[in-house]
Amino acid sequence: MKILVALKRVVDYNVRIQVKPDGSGVAVEGAKMSINPFDEIALEEALRLKEADKAEEVIVVSIGPEAAQQQLRTGLAMGADRAILVQSDEAVSPLHAARILHTLVQAEQPGLVLLGKQAIDDDSNQTGQMLAALWGRPQATFASKVALEGETATVTREVDAGLETIAVDLPAVITSDLRLNEPRFVKLPDIMKAKRKPLDIRPLEELGVTPPPACQIVRWRAPEPRQAGHKVETVDELLTALKERGVL
Amino acid sequence: MRCLIIAEHDGQNLNTATARAVAAASQLGVEAIDVAVLAHGGQALAEQAAILEGVSQVLLLDREENAHPLAAVLAPQIAALAEGYSHLFMPSTTFGKDVLPRVAALMGLPQISDLMTVKGPHHFERPVYAGNAIIELQCPPEQPVLATVRTASFKPVGTGDAAPIETRALEIDLPGHTRFVALEADAGDRPDLQSAERVVSGGRGLGSEENFRLVEQLADKLHAAVGASRAAVDAGYAPNDLQVGQTGKIIAPELYIALGISGAIQHLTGIKDAGTIVAINKDPDAPIFEVADLGLVGDLFEIVPQLLEKLD
Ligand SMILES: Cc1cc2nc3c(=O)[nH]c(=O)nc-3n(C[C@H](O)[C@H](O)[C@H](O)COP(=O)(O)OP(=O)(O)OC[C@H]3O[C@@H](n4cnc5c(N)ncnc54)[C@H](O)[C@@H]3O)c2cc1C
Ligand SMILES: Nc1ncnc2c1ncn2[C@@H]1O[C@H](COP(=O)(O)O)[C@@H](O)[C@H]1O
Repeated sequence: MKILVALKRVVDYNVRIQVKPDGSGVAVEGAKMSINPFDEIALEEALRLKEADKAEEVIVVSIGPEAAQQQLRTGLAMGADRAILVQSDEAVSPLHAARILHTLVQAEQPGLVLLGKQAIDDDSNQTGQMLAALWGRPQATFASKVALEGETATVTREVDAGLETIAVDLPAVITSDLRLNEPRFVKLPDIMKAKRKPLDIRPLEELGVTPPPACQIVRWRAPEPRQAGHKVETVDELLTALKERGVL
Repeated sequence: MRCLIIAEHDGQNLNTATARAVAAASQLGVEAIDVAVLAHGGQALAEQAAILEGVSQVLLLDREENAHPLAAVLAPQIAALAEGYSHLFMPSTTFGKDVLPRVAALMGLPQISDLMTVKGPHHFERPVYAGNAIIELQCPPEQPVLATVRTASFKPVGTGDAAPIETRALEIDLPGHTRFVALEADAGDRPDLQSAERVVSGGRGLGSEENFRLVEQLADKLHAAVGASRAAVDAGYAPNDLQVGQTGKIIAPELYIALGISGAIQHLTGIKDAGTIVAINKDPDAPIFEVADLGLVGDLFEIVPQLLEKLD
């Protein structure tokens, strides 16, 4: 079985995001870029399945600029077998990304597609579900545990009510939550080895995917700042202040 | 223009998230707001939806397959129901986030996640980058708008006269490739984190699962819900459904008390809309103090017992 893992190149989660004064976007030029943290977890899960002899090949895929090769190389260094970059200088919407991934899925015929539950730049939380719909296959989102047995995956999902377990027939789409695993660190020799692994670059135009209708972003703004209040010295002062505010 | 909202429920009761989605829809200026209840044995649920203020009609899809909220099963039914509506809303809870993108892809339409402001029927705002930026979106008026509604941004509507309930039967084959196995829910009787007026949260500073009892004790004294930071959940002090933040729950209680939480941006994004934020932390430079209305620097293991005593 092949496993396809989607890796998005995003601004590292430690970078403080600032909206540009003219409202045209966020100032992230030169910022540190990383694999979306959820995608790293998705890849780790794929690698563990391969190490447990549940899969033969792990393919990492990214849709993004030429520079997204860096994130794919990191994925190869973590242990993926090969990589595909669908090159696009424009950001793609979740439905567009799902359509692109769907064409790759049709070509590669994986038994499992793993994605992050959400990209930490657009915070959409959509692409995996959309891919599952287009493919007509099951989805198991927000996974915190995955067990493969024959043609079925039993997945524990982090939902608002607690932990839900569902069983899905393969092939299926799974999206990772934070507690699925802790991704491994990349070691230097693996980085060297990764340089020789195949990385296939395909221009987006060549895939023949129609971009879906989209909403236009007309303006970016900073959130309303929350004013820092004041510090109190004692528990009594705290209780008085809470009573004054009418919340106790 | 008409808006359809998909109700969220646990089989017995509607979730307040539904009433919040109705509140968002009420700002669209549409002629009708209909609520669809997909359930098994859902008459009582439909009756709860029917009395939500502003609702014109309730559509009840009662079938065995709808006993559990499986996206692959619900999505084709919702896509069929959505025919003729200008707007389709679901709450931005794990339920809505799971189901609506699947519906959107079936319909070939984009989706807006976490809609936080309605500026017009096709003009909205939503947060990105963990709430560090807000984008204003203009959607094509000729196509339906699909959105999950950021629940913390809208106060739930009240109740009023009952709207009519119409039972619908759809001739659709539903997939069997996805099966519900179990739900492990915390059966505590504390208030629900997402609708509670008061929340007491604990972080890594609690140090152990046993110590986390302090958070629960303070919460119980205040009739508050219990929350947690990711670090506290990862360390096993609290269950996953108590996580507050970018990837947990986004909440807007009147009072939020953070104990031993540093205030990472991913946590703060979950509490931005809280009324009063109180932080108790031994590090005077913890970022939580930058947003706290009331801060108390000190050891929580000394402060919380004092609070418990004085609140008696
Ligand atoms: C993609 C992504 C998503 C994330 N999503 C979330 C999310 O949804 N929610 C979330 O919370 N985090 C999230 N995080 C994690 C976040 O970045 C922080 O790591 C986390 O919030 C830290 O939790 P904490 O404040 O409990 O722990 P710490 O940062 O370790 O802070 C512990 C605090 O306790 C204080 N303390 C210690 N002992 C005491 C004492 N005796 N008395 C008083 N104070 C004490 C310390 O001074 C410190 O400030 C996410 C991270 C990533 C990368
Ligand atoms: N441009 C992209 N390249 C690769 N993977 C992507 C891309 N966009 C989205 N994904 C995948 O879809 C997941 C959810 O993204 P989103 O729906 O944008 O929140 C991410 O965690 C990735 O696994």
